[in-house]
Amino acid sequence: MDFIVDAQKLSKTFSGRSGTVEALSDIDLQIEPGEFVSLIGPSGCGKSTLLRLIGELLHPSAGRLIVNGKDPHQARLDGDYGIAFQSATLLEWRTVLRNVELPLELADVDAHGRRSRAEELLAMVGLSDFVDHYPWQLSGGMQQRVAIARALGQRPPLLLMDEPFGALDEMTRESMQQELMRIWRDTGTTVVFVTHSIPEAVFLSTRTIVMSSRPGRITHRIDIDLPQPRQFEIRESPRFFELLTEVREALRQGEKLS
Amino acid sequence: MTAGTESRQADRRPQRRVLAFIAILVAVIVLWEGYKLLGRATGGVWPFTETEMRPRPGNNSMPHVWDVVTSLFGPVRRGGEPLIVALAVATFYTLREAVVGFLVGGLVGFVIGVMFVRSRTAERAFMPYVVASQTIPIIAIAPMVVIWGRRLDAPGWMAVSIIAAYLTFFPVAINTVRGLRSPEPTATELFHSYAASPWERLWKLQVPSALPYIFTALKISAAASVVGAIVGELPAGFGEGLGRALLQFNQVFAADPSKLYAAVFMAAIGGLIFVGVVSLAERLTLPSGVRGAEL
Repeated sequence: MDFIVDAQKLSKTFSGRSGTVEALSDIDLQIEPGEFVSLIGPSGCGKSTLLRLIGELLHPSAGRLIVNGKDPHQARLDGDYGIAFQSATLLEWRTVLRNVELPLELADVDAHGRRSRAEELLAMVGLSDFVDHYPWQLSGGMQQRVAIARALGQRPPLLLMDEPFGALDEMTRESMQQELMRIWRDTGTTVVFVTHSIPEAVFLSTRTIVMSSRPGRITHRIDIDLPQPRQFEIRESPRFFELLTEVREALRQGEKLS
Repeated sequence: MTAGTESRQADRRPQRRVLAFIAILVAVIVLWEGYKLLGRATGGVWPFTETEMRPRPGNNSMPHVWDVVTSLFGPVRRGGEPLIVALAVATFYTLREAVVGFLVGGLVGFVIGVMFVRSRTAERAFMPYVVASQTIPIIAIAPMVVIWGRRLDAPGWMAVSIIAAYLTFFPVAINTVRGLRSPEPTATELFHSYAASPWERLWKLQVPSALPYIFTALKISAAASVVGAIVGELPAGFGEGLGRALLQFNQVFAADPSKLYAAVFMAAIGGLIFVGVVSLAERLTLPSGVRGAEL
């Protein structure tokens, strides 16, 4: 089995004026294609740093990292991943359609191909009626859906998400989670999802990676064996609550360690 | 991400802005004439004091508004064309010099801004000189530029435009630097994740983000370039522009103050038109949600 993400003894230290900080230490993580992996942990545990190493937005200080069978640099150049952040980061001077077209434009897809792909993606996230709107005319949840559509432009095998629903209200958040589940099933993409919400991690993931801080490291790996496809009601099942407890306990243990 | 709704509402009611403009104009006229009336009633001193009113409210230093308007339609000199025509021609001439200077200065300012953002070293090395250039009074620079222009046999208006450009480039350079650095860090990461080249990032992310900043600077620069052109015309010593007209009417101020006021009024109108054109360009360039400072 080839892993889509293969990290061995991965470390990252930041050095600034106030000395060096060990953001990540000795990370071993293998992710198989089709998995939905959540990274959860307290602030400063390095979960976002790990995501950025995979996306080659940062470079590791030590260790080995393979993304989609390649060096992360090559993977980035090949457009092997799409990325979404907590802030939707839409270009406010572009319409919704042109925002989704952006990565395709930069990948030299012709105008016709861009348009039809962007329309297809916006239909998938239920925004067909908003193609000509500007970002500021949309709600936070809708903006985030545009960002997800944009991330999926080139059918990437890997989707990196950094607390994409962190700024949304609870109701919107749950419906976005539902939608993301559907998109994940339909596209078959692998997702690495950073969150600090325990229910979010349990509801979405096939596997939850629990991290602790100072230095950032992995303390627990919890398989989430809830049945697929997951519907809203699964949040009320006894197994869901057991898993919530398991993740919560793991987080508390991790905190005691540091 | 979202701009204030206020500006969008203001756009829907342009007649309000026109009304406000007229109301303020009327208020200024009322204050002006009221001050003169008060002066006449007290004999030129503040009421209940011996303190003289400055400026003197008499017609010699503060002509009646209607006298200024009348003089606009009177001849420049005996048998000459009406003052308003002469001033309009002069304003147009000066505006042309200002526009050339504005375009050159704007371009230079933009290029400097891009350079500084691309290279911190360039910014550290050149920024003090850019700032220093603006602390030298334009009055000191203008004669030098004019003399150099003559030595190079350049047409007179060119020297004036260069002086206008000198006042224009600075706000554009400073605001371009700020604007190009304005995208949020995640937007830069996003472009990095798309493997965008620095050039693509500049044109598709940084420049569009900087446009509201740049337009704000351009409005300041438009007004400054008119001042630069007028000041530049003084040592250039040719008779077609507003600078010469202002100088000339200044000399006859004691005899006929209304002419100078009329010329000042026309200079202001010229500046307003120029800034108005830049605002219009902004309106056409940016979607309504992302406009810079309203003007």
